[in-house]
Amino acid sequence: MQLFPCPFCGLRSEGEFHFAAEAGKTRPVTTRDVNAEEWAAYLFDQKNEKGATREVWTHLPCAEMFIMSRDSVTMEVLGTQTLRKLPA
Amino acid sequence: MSGTRLTSGGLIDRARRIDFTFDGRAMQGYAGDTLASALLANGTRIVGRSFKYHRPRGVWGGWFDEPNAIFSVKTPRGSLPNVLGTTTALTPGMEIKSVNAWPNARFDVKGALDLFNPWLKAGFYYKTFMKPDWHLFEPMIRKMAGLGALEPDLIEGYTSDQVHATCDLLVVGGGAAGLAAAEGAARQGKNVWLVEDHAALGGGLYRMGGTIEGLAPADWVTARKAAIENAGGRILTHTTAFGVFDHNLYGLAQQSALDVAPTLYRLRAKDCLLASGAIDRPVTFANNDLPGIMSLEAGIEYLGRYGVLFGKAIAIAANHSQTASAAARLRDAGAAVSLFDPANGDLSATGRRRVTSLRQGGRAEAVDCVLASAGWTPVLHLWRHAGGKLRWDDTLATFVPAQAPKGMAAIGAANGIFDLDQALAEARACATGEPYSPSPPRFNLTPTLPKPGAKGRQWIDFQHDVTLDDIALAERENYVSVEHLKRYTTLGMASDQGKISNIPGLAAMAALTGKTIPEVGTTTFRPPFVPLPLSLYHGPHSGQNFHPLKRLALEKLHRSSGAALGEYGGWLRPAWYGNQPGPDAAQSEARMVRAAGGILDASPLGKIEVMGPDAEAFVNFVYYNTMKTLKPGALRYGFLLTEKGVVFDDGVVFRMGPKRFVISSSSSHAEGVTGLLESWRQDGNDPDRVFVHDTTNHWSTVTVTGPKARNVTRSLGLDIDLSAEAFPHMTFRETSWNDVPLRIARVSFTGEVSFEVSIPASKVEALWTAITDAGEPFGVSPIGIEALSILRAEKGFIIIGKDTDGETMPHDLGFTLPRQKKSTAFVGDRGLHTEVANEPDRRQFVGLSVTGDAPLPTGAHLVEGADRRSFGIVTSSYISPNLNRPIALGLVERGAERMGETVTLFHLGKTYEATLTSPVAFDPDGARIHA
Ligand SMILES: [Zn+2]
Repeated sequence: MQLFPCPFCGLRSEGEFHFAAEAGKTRPVTTRDVNAEEWAAYLFDQKNEKGATREVWTHLPCAEMFIMSRDSVTMEVLGTQTLRKLPA
Repeated sequence: MSGTRLTSGGLIDRARRIDFTFDGRAMQGYAGDTLASALLANGTRIVGRSFKYHRPRGVWGGWFDEPNAIFSVKTPRGSLPNVLGTTTALTPGMEIKSVNAWPNARFDVKGALDLFNPWLKAGFYYKTFMKPDWHLFEPMIRKMAGLGALEPDLIEGYTSDQVHATCDLLVVGGGAAGLAAAEGAARQGKNVWLVEDHAALGGGLYRMGGTIEGLAPADWVTARKAAIENAGGRILTHTTAFGVFDHNLYGLAQQSALDVAPTLYRLRAKDCLLASGAIDRPVTFANNDLPGIMSLEAGIEYLGRYGVLFGKAIAIAANHSQTASAAARLRDAGAAVSLFDPANGDLSATGRRRVTSLRQGGRAEAVDCVLASAGWTPVLHLWRHAGGKLRWDDTLATFVPAQAPKGMAAIGAANGIFDLDQALAEARACATGEPYSPSPPRFNLTPTLPKPGAKGRQWIDFQHDVTLDDIALAERENYVSVEHLKRYTTLGMASDQGKISNIPGLAAMAALTGKTIPEVGTTTFRPPFVPLPLSLYHGPHSGQNFHPLKRLALEKLHRSSGAALGEYGGWLRPAWYGNQPGPDAAQSEARMVRAAGGILDASPLGKIEVMGPDAEAFVNFVYYNTMKTLKPGALRYGFLLTEKGVVFDDGVVFRMGPKRFVISSSSSHAEGVTGLLESWRQDGNDPDRVFVHDTTNHWSTVTVTGPKARNVTRSLGLDIDLSAEAFPHMTFRETSWNDVPLRIARVSFTGEVSFEVSIPASKVEALWTAITDAGEPFGVSPIGIEALSILRAEKGFIIIGKDTDGETMPHDLGFTLPRQKKSTAFVGDRGLHTEVANEPDRRQFVGLSVTGDAPLPTGAHLVEGADRRSFGIVTSSYISPNLNRPIALGLVERGAERMGETVTLFHLGKTYEATLTSPVAFDPDGARIHA
């Protein structure tokens, strides 16, 4: 059972979180023609990186989604970052 | 009979006698005994039979390293299988039964298997039972395999408590090194936990005899315990640290008695000192499995801890510098002891059912007990769980800790330090950070490793009956990788997980292949370190504690109205009302709705608020259907899709105002839809301009449906014109009722005029009472979900997940327009134009009209050709009380263009016939819904 830091709730147990996606994917603009390869890449291609990764996770109790950097080998959490704009 | 209890010595309480039975024979032990020590004290030599050959086996080890003493135990509370006798405390009234033995351990009918041993070599099962078919042999093999049997007298309330805790330092092992380290760290102000798996602290101190730092072992232990607890440390005995998991999580299992479920501690420790000690390695020699042959450690452990001297004439076959002191202890206790050095030549034991002599070259000693040791093996399972590395030490002939995992250090015997003074100095320095200069080791041994080719049957894995010859066979057949060796011979796969067989097995393979032992490598160490009941992990998390039902605010009223409650999509809901059998009740309720009307608790319908300046664009984007043209006061049916274009949910969208919508998801899906909306809101939109909030549990909904629905609703006295002209289908109004906000919508899942009335959940009892009272004169009363399911099927309305599957797209359900026309982007848009989405043979939503009175089975396949190729399935099937015939819905290849076609269906060996029709069986023009 890992401990993940929700940017809003702090360190909480892994079971309270859901993995959402690898970070950095952009949805193709579907009002123009999106070819099958581009669409398939958006849906299915995963980097599945060994070592440092950037992923989007949800903390279910507060419903906040955030980016978590972690090491997929050592399971070390390298940091989290909110998706929302913070007040300047 | 040899193996007697001494009149003094050990930690047992001779004032508290415990009666128990073993294979039906009455025996006595004392408080402080384990099952094994009590059996040995009673002179029991054979405690069970081995797994494969049913060889007689005695107690070999003193603690968790025991391969043989596994029992089925019945206590006054119930029965438990697979009980390890060496670590389980004896309690009054235990009935202990040997396993793998019929009728009992002393006389075993299957013992004849041993005569066939040339056929039972490594890989025997794989080679022998494959032809003609493994399944012919499987029942016989399954019957003979396995350890204890499950008995029906399960223990009531066998549920583990689970505790979450944190500490600065966890010390694993309450022997000399662990106690000294815990004391040092606790005195420095650290929050220290110390766990010890025995009932008593002290580890190997009772074995050694003599004094420690001038004190008798028990007194030294008492002083350390007091010092640790006075400094705020916490000590858990009877507690095994069984695994290390991610982020410094340690699993601890605390056992109070065999028939009480252990307590699980999930402990986060910043640091861990591993003081888990070492266990004896067996000496591999001919017939080394005979009862009466034990580890040297076990022999003096039973003497020191339990006051049991198992033999009168004992041979010690050991290779290290602690042999002499062990021999002296045994002699002091009254045994005749002869010493054998394995370096002087091959050893062999003889005897039947018990060892009677040990030979080496021309020397033979008549003995009743052999104690053997090839040196110490540090217990490093947790070290490996945490990712620590091992190093082979040639002088100690074992693996010792190398590169440490983060936050862990090993001390004492676990660190390969087998000298007490040295271990204490190292432990204190390690705990306090004070400098420590190691002195030269005062322990030495002559490495003793298995010799392939030696005469006689030399046992490596006692529990799984793996011999040196089996390892040689595996090597000849090229199963030389340790992982292959393990699986081919089952070496180390017994319930002791190779604790004692691992190193002899590796050493044998190394010798056979001409490699060094580190080159051969080790198999992976995985938690749990000792076998544990699965109850430990789930604890109280089962049933309602694991997946609680969602409860309706109206549950009390439903119960008093005689509702039959059932689970529907996670909610406990009325299935039907009254005392009729369920199917009959549902039929009459469904008939009543079309004749007069019905009242339904529809509270589980999702009510998810979406608001903010971007709400319109957001809802338009997440929905398949165009929602931006929806006017305030109106509502629209639509689909949420996945990006693959598959239908995820259906429901209606209320437009409350220019910047506010309420999404009414299907009843079982509010959390899922909220999650989907949050995901798109936060990851893909500006979360400051749109807000999502699930209010499903805050609002309850009562639906009045049927030809008399308007009359019933009118009696609420709302300030709304309910006429069809003023309040048309697919619109809603907001008002108040008795000063409580109320929302009323015209939307229908029955095909009848319906008013869906929503109110804050705290006020719904009054609303329900008012509506049911108003319904009575009109012959309108409550209906359950079963009737609703029939009514909606008569109208061809789908239930997501029942009438759709993981491939269904909206155009398969006849909703084609947005796919062709919607100009703005929406979730799933591109997914609706893939090759798969355009496939002409897609399964489409249809109705099925049955010839005859019998309804089609749900799940029946539509089949064609001699090989009965399936081209569709029945998704819903009922008897329609309003049409007086069976109706069905299904997904069928090219269904839309095959209307009128007669098809054959197949289900569980029976064939049916039906005609493909429109899904709408009742009121196809929809006149009633608009009335
Ligand atoms: Zn949170």
